[in-house]
Amino acid sequence: MEGLEFGGASSRLIVLKKSFRSGKTRGIGWRKSQLRALLKLIAENESQIFDALEQDLGKHPVEAYRDEIGVVKKSADHALLHIKEWMAPKRGKLPLLFFPSRAQLLPEPLGTVLIFGSWNFPISLTLDPLIGAISAGNTVVVKPSELAPTCSSLLYRMIPLYLDTEAITIVEGGSDVAEQLLLHQWDKIFFTGSPRVGRMVMSAAAKHLTPVVLELGGKCPVILDSFTGSDLKVVVKRIAGGKWGPCAGQACIGVDYLLVQQKLAPLLIESLKRCIKRFYGDNVKNLQSFCRIVNKHHFDRVCNLLEEPGVAASIVYGGSVDKENLVIEPTILLDPPLDAQIMTEEIFGPLLPIITLDNIEDSIDFINDKPKPLVIYAFTNNEKFKEQIVQETSSGSVTFNDTMIQFICDSLPFGGVGQSGFGRYHGKFSFDTFSHEKAVLHRSFFPELEPRYPPWNDFKLEFIRLAYNLDYIGLLLLLLGLRKVTPR
Amino acid sequence: MDLEREMREVREAFSSGKTKEESWRRSQLQNLLTLMHEKEDHIITALQQDLGKHPVESYRDEVGTLIKSVNYALKGLKKWMSGKKADLPFAAFPSTAYLVPEPLGVVLIISTWNFPFGLSLEPLIGAIAAGNSVVIKPSELAPASSSTLANLINTYLDTKAIKVIEGDASVGQHLLQHKWDKIFFTGNCKVGQLVMTAAAKNLTPVALELGGKCPAVVDSLSSSWDKRIAVDRILSAKFGTCAGQACIAIDYILVDKNFSSTLVELLKEGIERMFGKNPKESKSVAKIINKSHVLRLRSLLDDPMVKASVIHGGSVDEDNLFIEPTILLDPPVNARIMNEEIFGPLLPIITLEKNEDSIEFINSKSRALAIYAFTKNEEFKNKLSSQTSSGSIVFNDAIIQYVADTLPFGGVGGSGFGRYHGKFSFKEFSHKKVIVKRGFLVDFWFRYPPWNDHKLLLFRSAYRFDYLGVLLVILGLKKC
Repeated sequence: MEGLEFGGASSRLIVLKKSFRSGKTRGIGWRKSQLRALLKLIAENESQIFDALEQDLGKHPVEAYRDEIGVVKKSADHALLHIKEWMAPKRGKLPLLFFPSRAQLLPEPLGTVLIFGSWNFPISLTLDPLIGAISAGNTVVVKPSELAPTCSSLLYRMIPLYLDTEAITIVEGGSDVAEQLLLHQWDKIFFTGSPRVGRMVMSAAAKHLTPVVLELGGKCPVILDSFTGSDLKVVVKRIAGGKWGPCAGQACIGVDYLLVQQKLAPLLIESLKRCIKRFYGDNVKNLQSFCRIVNKHHFDRVCNLLEEPGVAASIVYGGSVDKENLVIEPTILLDPPLDAQIMTEEIFGPLLPIITLDNIEDSIDFINDKPKPLVIYAFTNNEKFKEQIVQETSSGSVTFNDTMIQFICDSLPFGGVGQSGFGRYHGKFSFDTFSHEKAVLHRSFFPELEPRYPPWNDFKLEFIRLAYNLDYIGLLLLLLGLRKVTPR
Repeated sequence: MDLEREMREVREAFSSGKTKEESWRRSQLQNLLTLMHEKEDHIITALQQDLGKHPVESYRDEVGTLIKSVNYALKGLKKWMSGKKADLPFAAFPSTAYLVPEPLGVVLIISTWNFPFGLSLEPLIGAIAAGNSVVIKPSELAPASSSTLANLINTYLDTKAIKVIEGDASVGQHLLQHKWDKIFFTGNCKVGQLVMTAAAKNLTPVALELGGKCPAVVDSLSSSWDKRIAVDRILSAKFGTCAGQACIAIDYILVDKNFSSTLVELLKEGIERMFGKNPKESKSVAKIINKSHVLRLRSLLDDPMVKASVIHGGSVDEDNLFIEPTILLDPPVNARIMNEEIFGPLLPIITLEKNEDSIEFINSKSRALAIYAFTKNEEFKNKLSSQTSSGSIVFNDAIIQYVADTLPFGGVGGSGFGRYHGKFSFKEFSHKKVIVKRGFLVDFWFRYPPWNDHKLLLFRSAYRFDYLGVLLVILGLKKC
């Protein structure tokens, strides 16, 4: 695996910091030029990107466009459209006592930032944060995931051809390179990945007091309330699309497991089976429009989830694997044991456990027994139940009656809470996450509030008291000598 | 005190859901306000004991500010708690989206000794307003304040959901072993590192309010009124604020060499005017917190070249923990006093060839919580603002930004991350949850496999929000 040696990374970092200090990344002209260059990179190398995603994950070009290329294009377009207003200082309001002062909130770049990409969406989860970092005026080091090597290598070759090499650097490599990078001092670290690695990143960041954003995952549940006729068809498509659609279930916001009332399970399973056959086919050696598992390690990990006692027995559809091609077919399980790994860990694969409940309202307690996920999906038309879910659970977001859709809306902040992480991005939130909002306060020398300073006396204390209570009338009376001063 | 039991209780209080109720939050804030009004004397006495702070300084910096902040939170609470509608692109039709703030859960506030009430209760206001249950760990270096705080909180607030846990570093470490939903830390970098490292084990988000060397750039001012006011504000922001032991106190001054002698004279005169001929007697300059810090500060003056640069003050009364307001003129820039956060009543003045040189000087140091500049030159103000970075930048005043509820208060780089005050406190202790509601009326069939070129084309158009394009493809009028 070619990549930057430690020494190389060190010297590149010096270049980046120098570039930042020179101020070249501050102007809107530079930022816009980089965003346009990124769009050009995507447009001119689309088929190569499709090939790389096919190579690394068996991703179909349409899925690749939908989840990776299209997302990056949309984000860059959105940033270009709005960057001027994002960069503009905001007027700050001030209390009356501050008169005549003015205040501004001025966004500034943080400096030199580090972005760790992930392997499941190796293009979008690497470039989307980069768009935010550039818009905010930072210099950037990006380390794509080595588990998607073709994509990583493509970015390594392409980025220097289009973007400013003195401000944006791609570093390739595995965990050893990541560890080396983490020894340096960064102004922010943006990490997408697993909680385990997230902990290591944050611990390393702590040594330099570097702020971090952790985009982690969790077990994103679907709560399925009862449905009628035609709606059920759409519901099933959306669930299937949200489970097996994104990278064969290897997605942080992908559906992990499903909760449904017992009596509805049979109909649901039948509908899902039909849907799977229609979407992907039913021969594990010849599935269409369906990603494979990223590597042998994860393939074995997911297969092992099915090995536990009781789990294999709960398979009601699928379960076949193609070891040679690292494909696991869409698999449905009905009520696997709740203490099995498949129900205690994030699956990150095409296995869908369906857990049946006596009452669908019990899903709330079920979900609350697990760490807070990135998303909770709920299919229901019961407004009261929707309200209950919102009030009584906690997650990065809640989506009713659909899956995945919140991901592509730039006006919605994307991020987790609890074990699913902290920090957020997309749209303006990306810009904010890579910026520092500086408070700028302009005061004048006149008038002066003498009571602010010693030498102290009772008058001054009374003045301060009235001022903090916003008692302007009292203040006026005091100044006019019409208000008694009570000695302390 | 059984720490485990306290932790269980505070977690149960949150799980019960009561802290989420608006009525609970309001009642706690109301009680906090009552506490401040009724027990003002207790607070002032504790501060006098721990830091020798004058009652009016204590009121100005810790009591009054908190009253203001609680009132502001009570006023804004309903609005802050309510969800906000978010715009969605037409392609998402028919959907609606909301952003709804929710509490994080059980939060830990670690505060420090220089403003033991302010730095514990200001974050507490935000944590309560956001609906969390809270544990406060005050600093043991201000023991009278720590125990007064504990007593007052226990008397006025809901002790099952809001707790004060006193103790030294070992208690602090013990607390850090637990799982929190957020940790809000005010203090120094070294301890900040320990806090963040411990937080990393549980993926707990943290806010770190640290410090730094806050510079004050002083331009030549012509009007005598301006000069007088600038000097008052500088002196108050150094010697008049906990004797310089404040994260936003002026650490050092940068001045044009043509103005330096005028400034020095004005400062000396101002010290006498403000703090009297004998500041120790006037009791208007706070004490140093403890002997260890007195020795630390004294050691900054050990360097013979630093000592030689003292032009006013310099006397250290170790037994009474008092250091008089001290001014130094051009100590060596590589001396410790110019490279560590002073946190005390020693004011170095560094003279420069010209004002603009202050930018490079400031940028050679780690980013501070605040940069101050006393100048009427608009061009210089713009240059300073755009070419330096700091938590905040204040022109022609100092410290005052702390009392503006509408301005976020927090650092950048070495001065920390995260911010609070006013609505920012509420946000710091909340998670803004996204709620998306979709309908079934429109389902874009091209979202699902099996894939083909037709669907690809539709995606291309959809992402460009080229709705007409989408329509044309659907109608078969646009081909791939």
